[in-house]
Amino acid sequence: MDDHGQKLSTQHLQAWFGAHLALKEVSIDIPGNRVTAIIGPSGCGKSTLIRCMNRMHETIPSARAAGAVLLDGRSIYQQDPVQLRRQVGMIFQKPNPFPTMSIIDNVTAGLRLNGLRDRRRLEEIAAQCLQKAALWEEVKDKLRYPGAGLSGGQQQRLCIARALAVNPEVLLMDEPCSALDPISTSKIEELIHELRAHYTIVLVTHNMQQAARASDQTAFMYMGRLVECGETRQVFTTPKAQQTEDYITGRFG
Amino acid sequence: MQWRYHMRKIIDWSMSGAAMMATLCGLIPLILISMHLLRRGISSINLDFFTHMPQPVGEPGGGMANAIIGTCLMVGIATAIALPIGLLGGLYLSEFGERRTGAAVRFAADMLNGIPSIVIGIFVYGFVVVPLGHFSAMAGGIALSIIMMPMILRNTEEMLRLVPHALREAALALGIPYWKTLLRVVLVTARRGIVTGILLALARIAGETAPLLFTALGNQFWSLRLDQPMAALPLQIFTYAISPFEEWQQQAWSGALVLIGIVVILSLLSRWMVRVPQVKTDG
Ligand SMILES: Nc1ncnc2c1ncn2[C@@H]1O[C@H](COP(=O)(O)OP(=O)(O)O)[C@@H](O)[C@H]1O
Ligand SMILES: [Mg+2]
Repeated sequence: MDDHGQKLSTQHLQAWFGAHLALKEVSIDIPGNRVTAIIGPSGCGKSTLIRCMNRMHETIPSARAAGAVLLDGRSIYQQDPVQLRRQVGMIFQKPNPFPTMSIIDNVTAGLRLNGLRDRRRLEEIAAQCLQKAALWEEVKDKLRYPGAGLSGGQQQRLCIARALAVNPEVLLMDEPCSALDPISTSKIEELIHELRAHYTIVLVTHNMQQAARASDQTAFMYMGRLVECGETRQVFTTPKAQQTEDYITGRFG
Repeated sequence: MQWRYHMRKIIDWSMSGAAMMATLCGLIPLILISMHLLRRGISSINLDFFTHMPQPVGEPGGGMANAIIGTCLMVGIATAIALPIGLLGGLYLSEFGERRTGAAVRFAADMLNGIPSIVIGIFVYGFVVVPLGHFSAMAGGIALSIIMMPMILRNTEEMLRLVPHALREAALALGIPYWKTLLRVVLVTARRGIVTGILLALARIAGETAPLLFTALGNQFWSLRLDQPMAALPLQIFTYAISPFEEWQQQAWSGALVLIGIVVILSLLSRWMVRVPQVKTDG
């Protein structure tokens, strides 16, 4: 296996909602060009952790964070959050295409709203990103139709294409399949597998089969703490912590 | 089993029937008003009505050109003042409304919404007409804007609040700056409801009479000067309707019909305007 440097890491990361401490000293390394799955029971802080990685956490009033998050070794808290979010894209649990925009405008929204006007260039990028998101064949004849008219699975791939269009290096996916049917889910999983050649992916999931299938590295979280993080095979076959074993064998969660 | 099923059917029908009856009852006044206005007013609606000045008593014909233009001008002034304040204020409330100042602004807007329009007329009379020494179209426009502004403000806030939080997050996560997210995503997503609210506010002030009585006063002659008294459709209707002359009363009916017509056209026009960008792609 080739050498994957650390793309992203957190050190003693703590995050609060008001007085509620949702992340307790989480330190995790995310290697580049690999898929890191984050599993754990609902409410354990998975979303909060990845929302700290693109500074979306702090958009919530009363939310705050302490500790370090490093992207390529640089603290993200010393960067402009708007710039950072172009490097670190995010896919949400529920597909959220812009309802007033056509399919193609959805894909290019990040570029257009940041001032790119060249129509030809935008169309080129849109086509590329839709291809990368494995949606091109299904929508190439209806690019001007509303994005909200697609099926849930297609909408989620549209959101992936939209995230890819701003040319990120990291993709944070927050349970991207939990609102989708099994066929759409397997399409997205295939897609994740292909994207990993070019992007660093953090995949939050409550579905352990998905983590086992789609990821190289798995992290298990419990009650705001990172319990264990290692090679996916190792975590699922010989977990180090008792809590991890209990969780993956279905004893709780 | 069978019996319960029938019972449910019967309840279903009777409830649907009741809802339909209620709808009809709600529509009846609208239909009656429209029909009555059409019957009484249509006879003297012709090109002259829109292009000619009022005739002195006893002379047939004539129109309300000055009042139509006056209403348009004053509604225009009111919109120019109330629209930016209302939109920005609504944006402020929906974004930062949780703060103390937000509660204060909201309370003030609601109070303003509840003030009888004649009181607003008197207020503007005291603060604009008296210091300047004469009635004016400007004062009329200001009075109308005070009625319009809180309506737009509160409606804009409500409509912006309806925009799902997920869309903001989507835009922010794409590296779109906050202010652009507000203007190009949140505001655009809510535009249908916002425009509808502006429209309702326009329709409401176009027909307001009381606040103009003490401000624009009305004018039987042609005038486009904003610092002079100006005619307005509702004022003209008011004056003509209570006059003892048959021709004037007839003109009042037609004026009312035109007023309703303006409101209907405005409404159709803005619906059409909101529809267009939906298919258009900007890029
Ligand atoms: N917007 C919020 N305001 C207050 N508390 C929150 C908010 N979002 C999440 N939390 C709390 O933070 C904790 C972690 O939540 P989250 O990261 O969403 O968990 P997960 O994604 O693993 O289900 C939970 O206890 C949750 O109640
Ligand atoms: Mg979550």
